[in-house]
Amino acid sequence: MSKPYLRPIPFTWWNKNNAYRIFMLREISSVFVALFVLELLCFVLVASKSPENFDKYVEALKSPGWIVFHVVVLGFSLLHSITWFNLTPKVLVVRKGEEKLPDALIAGAHYLAWIVVSIVIWMII
Amino acid sequence: MAKSNEPIVWSLFSAGGVVAAFVVPIHVVMLGIALPLGWIALDYQSLVTLVQNPLSKVYLFVLISLVLFHWAHRFRFTLVDLGLKKLEMLISIVCYVSAVVGTGYSAYALWTM
Repeated sequence: MSKPYLRPIPFTWWNKNNAYRIFMLREISSVFVALFVLELLCFVLVASKSPENFDKYVEALKSPGWIVFHVVVLGFSLLHSITWFNLTPKVLVVRKGEEKLPDALIAGAHYLAWIVVSIVIWMII
Repeated sequence: MAKSNEPIVWSLFSAGGVVAAFVVPIHVVMLGIALPLGWIALDYQSLVTLVQNPLSKVYLFVLISLVLFHWAHRFRFTLVDLGLKKLEMLISIVCYVSAVVGTGYSAYALWTM
C-alpha cells in the first residue's frame, strides 16, 4: 500500500494569523510553567539550607533580569490559566434537566475558585 | 482495539493543566515579584517551618510532578506540530522520561531535605 500524501506544511504556519499565534504561545506556556516549578523546587531546597543562602537567593531575585523574567513567566502562566478555564465549559458539561448550564457560569465558577485559591496561598505563605 | 498509553499521559496532562491553572500564577507573583520587591515578609525561619511541614512537601511534589507531565505532553505535540512528525517516537520518549526523572528527583530531594 502506498503512503497517503501529506501536504508539506511550512514551519512558520503558526505565524499566519492571531488565532494560530495565540495557540502557539499557549503551547509554549507549558515550557515556562515547567521551568518555574523547577525554580520553585530549587528555591525551597537551596534557600532553606541556611540563613545566608536565603539572603543570597532573595538578593539574586532582586536583580532586574530576574524580575523581567518573572514578569514574562507570569504572562505565560496567566495565558495558561485563562485559556484553560475558558475551555472548562467544553469539558465539563453540567445539565439541569433538559437544560445545559450556561458556559459563562462554568467558566465563572472556575475563575472565582482561582481567586479564592490564590488568596488562600497568599495567606498561608 | 489496540492498547494505548494515551489515556494515562492525557490524564496526567489534564491534571497538571488544572493544578497549574489554579496555583502557578500566584506562586510566580509571590516568589518572582512580591518577595524581591519586599511586598511580603518571608524570612528564613518561616520558610523552613513551612517547607518542613509534610503537607507542604506533598503539595510541592504533586505540583511539580503534574506540571512536568503537563509540559511533557503539550511540548511533545508542539514539536510535532512544528514539523517533527517523523521524530514523534523519540520526542515522546525524551519528554515523558524527563517528566519521570523530574518526578523522581523532586520526591528524593523533598524527602531528604
